[in-house]
Amino acid sequence: MDFQVVVLAGGTSKELVPLVSKEVPKPLLPVANRPVLSYVLEQLELSNLKDLIVVVEGEDAALRVGGWISGAYVDRLHVEVAAVPEDVGTAGALRAIAHHLTANDILVVSGDLVSDVPPGAVAAAHRRHDAVVTTMLCSTPISGPAESGSAGAKDKIKKPKRFNIIGLDPTKQFLLYIASGAEVEKDLHIPKSILRAVGQMDIQADLMDAHLYAFKRAVLQEVLEQKPNFHSLRQDVLPYLVRTQLKSEILLNGTPQAEENGHEKFTSRGNQAIISQILANASTPRFHEVYESIHNGSPTAQRTHKCCAYIASNSKYCVRLNSIQAFSDINRDVIGEANHLSGYSFSAHNNIIHPSADLGSKTTVGPHCMLGEGSLMGDKCSVKRSVIGRHCRIGSNVKIVNSVVMDHVTLGDGCSIQGSIVCSNVQIQERVVLRDCQIGAGFVVSAGSEHKGESLARKEK
Amino acid sequence: MDARRGSLPVPRVRQVGFFTPNAQPAPTRSQSGPPDSSSPPLSDSPASNSLSPVMIPPPRHHSDNLAAAPRPTSPLPVPEPSPFRRRGADNNNALLVGSYNPAETLLAMSPSSSHVGDGESEETMSGGWFRRSNSGKLASSLPSGTFDFSPVQSTAEALKPNKVQNPVGISEVSARPAPKEQQPEAPSSSKQPKPKLTKAERRALQESQRAAKAAAKAPGGGKSVAAPEEVATIKSVKQHQTQKKDAPQVAVSVAASERKGGDKSQEKERRKDAPAPRMQFDDKSRVEKAKRRSVVDQTEAKKRVELFRHLPQYEHGTQLADLESKFLQLDPMHPAIYKVGLQYLAGDISGGNARCIAMLQAFQQVVKDYSTPPEKTLPRDLTAKISSYVSFFTQCRPLSMSMGNAIRFLKNRIAKLSPSLSESESKSSICTDIDRFINEKIVLADRVIVQHASSKVKDGDVLLVYGSSCVVEMVLLHSHELGKQFRVIVVDSRPKLEGKALLRRLVAKGVHCTYTHINAVSYVMHEVTKVFLGASSVLSNGTVYSRVGTACVAMVAHAFRVPVIICCEAYKFHERVQLDSICSNELGDPDAIGKVPGRMDVNYLNDVSNSGNLQLLNLMYDATPADYVSMIVTDYGMIPPTSVPVIVREYRRDHLLI
Repeated sequence: MDFQVVVLAGGTSKELVPLVSKEVPKPLLPVANRPVLSYVLEQLELSNLKDLIVVVEGEDAALRVGGWISGAYVDRLHVEVAAVPEDVGTAGALRAIAHHLTANDILVVSGDLVSDVPPGAVAAAHRRHDAVVTTMLCSTPISGPAESGSAGAKDKIKKPKRFNIIGLDPTKQFLLYIASGAEVEKDLHIPKSILRAVGQMDIQADLMDAHLYAFKRAVLQEVLEQKPNFHSLRQDVLPYLVRTQLKSEILLNGTPQAEENGHEKFTSRGNQAIISQILANASTPRFHEVYESIHNGSPTAQRTHKCCAYIASNSKYCVRLNSIQAFSDINRDVIGEANHLSGYSFSAHNNIIHPSADLGSKTTVGPHCMLGEGSLMGDKCSVKRSVIGRHCRIGSNVKIVNSVVMDHVTLGDGCSIQGSIVCSNVQIQERVVLRDCQIGAGFVVSAGSEHKGESLARKEK
Repeated sequence: MDARRGSLPVPRVRQVGFFTPNAQPAPTRSQSGPPDSSSPPLSDSPASNSLSPVMIPPPRHHSDNLAAAPRPTSPLPVPEPSPFRRRGADNNNALLVGSYNPAETLLAMSPSSSHVGDGESEETMSGGWFRRSNSGKLASSLPSGTFDFSPVQSTAEALKPNKVQNPVGISEVSARPAPKEQQPEAPSSSKQPKPKLTKAERRALQESQRAAKAAAKAPGGGKSVAAPEEVATIKSVKQHQTQKKDAPQVAVSVAASERKGGDKSQEKERRKDAPAPRMQFDDKSRVEKAKRRSVVDQTEAKKRVELFRHLPQYEHGTQLADLESKFLQLDPMHPAIYKVGLQYLAGDISGGNARCIAMLQAFQQVVKDYSTPPEKTLPRDLTAKISSYVSFFTQCRPLSMSMGNAIRFLKNRIAKLSPSLSESESKSSICTDIDRFINEKIVLADRVIVQHASSKVKDGDVLLVYGSSCVVEMVLLHSHELGKQFRVIVVDSRPKLEGKALLRRLVAKGVHCTYTHINAVSYVMHEVTKVFLGASSVLSNGTVYSRVGTACVAMVAHAFRVPVIICCEAYKFHERVQLDSICSNELGDPDAIGKVPGRMDVNYLNDVSNSGNLQLLNLMYDATPADYVSMIVTDYGMIPPTSVPVIVREYRRDHLLI
């Protein structure tokens, strides 16, 4: 379908600090015991997009990601892994690989997107409107554990920061304004020309940019080239394109028209004008065309470009793994309500217990749980809404609720772990109580300690 | 007779009108020649036998031998046009049949009364006089009507089917003050008892027929070089017009004979051309089959309108999202095709011409990117591919008839590719053909139509247009550019309100406009002088298949004696005959009826739409009977609706051979 896919997998993200490490870069962070990148790759594979470029920040991370991909997708996908220096931003990463891009349209996906929205839908919307950029918007996920009453207060403080202001036209197909949380201080600046052209703008704060974009290659390359200081797609490139959509500075008409003239040499110009006129009259005019016809008179000289939005329906799951909270939410959802994403088949009790896992007597594993292969659990344990990785050794009388326990974790007897994330190779000794904690890889929690809302990690270096 | 025939350009013959295989050549029937000395007084009017612009098949004849045709039966003196006289070497009082002009078919079923109606038409002065002189002749000639030849039957029964099936050349009949020039008022005829033949006469008849056949075969082989100009140039001066018209008529008669030889191959061809029977959606098994094949997931509407069960009725709204999500998953689909399909589905492209152009351009892309898979041949494989794309389009939105014609053209071109061409050559030839189709059948055709139609716009006119037709819009804009002073009333209808866009463009160009909805059409019709309408298709019985509401506007215009002018490219003509808008139609989104455009939140039918005894019907097209149509402006000229089958038959072949 003439789409090239770039997966921006990221590297070691600062926001996920105790969870990611040199050994486990962000793309390999396990979600329901699978690297998060695999969700994106599988979704792309479903859409027949098998030639991918995966961009990873940092050489080390690139090596690890490349190693994992070549192992897991050896004969299914054709993946090129490209390493870019850290902190170049998403725009920088694209700039670095711009010369690899050849197709007419580029699909840019963030590697941390866990979603079941088919990327084809975005591509189709993009093609249908002949847009310069199409972005996928999804409703902002309800963060925090569902039943947390106490967290309510905390959310209220957090939320304003995450506000995304998105302006759409009445048909909800075109993007008129976009500002992400960080930029919005007190006031919004909306260009009058756009507002006047559209007549009506719906401003929505409940939508989130899902970091799945379809770009016209020529435009993307041109913008990246012309604006070397653009750092991020979301914060620089997209708002720029949206802002300038009625007075486009990019020369769109260069390439496509040359092409057309090439193959229709024998048709006179006049005929072509008539054909395009017929087509234009027949289609419902978008505000772009209306604006153009008012201001330029001749619709042939294109001075506008279209920025489209594809709004994922609410029934679809679409979350980005960009914070620790999101990590635990996604883990909960993937084995819970969005369990079709995990790719596992659930047992009658609505949980997944690997056949090689060994459960002691009177141990209960509730619904929406997952127990990886080779894990051992002692007696009288109780697991609720949690993911437990591979080869964990869990003592007796352990309670695990709403938590993620990664691989090779040792839990002593009588531990209680609630709402926490325990990374690989952590050793937790007897009678430890953890609540809303993140334990970095390889950390040892001493016996009998109690932690609440802490982030524990081994001092590196 | 022979001398006469020799002088006639026999090969310039087309098969037009109704003819039968063993017809006799009747070249002599033409009245175009100067009045013969021996001809009766009538002949001094060359226009006497004027036919409608499109040629009318001269009747077949036993007339030659109708020596004993009972003259006395004809109630009026029968003035005979000269040629007939001539041919009657053996039987000089032959009854002429050729002049039968079926003009009256529209008006009246009882032929005898029909000419009275004609008389009212003020614009046909000529009609007036020639009727006087002519009617007698016609009256007598009718019985040997065009169709029946072997047993001479001229009962009313014989006449009627004849009329129904022979719309060719029917002229305008209504008494509208329209400035339509193409109408040769033909006098009517009256029934006549069938002439009795004696045994000897019958034999003579047979023999002469045989002889004529043989004679016709010889020269008849020549390729018919039709005179489309004649048809196209139906121009002002009536006298000229009538003379001109005679020429094709000559052609016609001979054509009939030529026909026989080519009959078989034509039959074959026709079968090939014939579109597959339309799918009937109330046929369960076929629907199931189609469903399995289909790409678009269509959920059947819960409440289907009973009368329209044979048409696809699906839930709207879900399809687009569904198809979009599959965008990249459907491998064999070309992106250009997919894009156009999505645009059809989403309603981004509407309007016959635009849809057709979009489709053809997508096919062009396909052809360009096509490479023949190994062990396959380009014509077959590409045709199969295009068929699959077409079925995809059909699922997105039922194809219009014009698109069907375009597809047929394309497939035909592919099938006729010379096998000696290399792949790249054949690809470029197909692309060229597509371009030519777009340019000649749509763009140029539009230009010609605009030229013709804007000649009909006079200063001070009040023109009524309905909906949004791109040709009509061009006509209006062109007339405006010519500096004509006229006013436009744009009539619109819910739920699509297509007229708004048209109105906006017209107003932007400085045309004086009035905008109203179709509810008020009877009110505004008082001041209207002409109605211009577009068409999705024109069927061979003259029925105009167009945006729903067109029939209503045309009917009101007819009632107010306002001429209705249809602008339609000839590629949209279709040989189908349709009498109502039920058997073939398209159903739109039923929910659109209750909604207010631009206000998603308002749905006036929300509260009742779930009740079991309410079914919403949103028809997209309707059929305007030919009676309401004064004239069709097409790229071959301005024709009456009854001439459509001629165009269909005559130009279809060219169409394929572009």
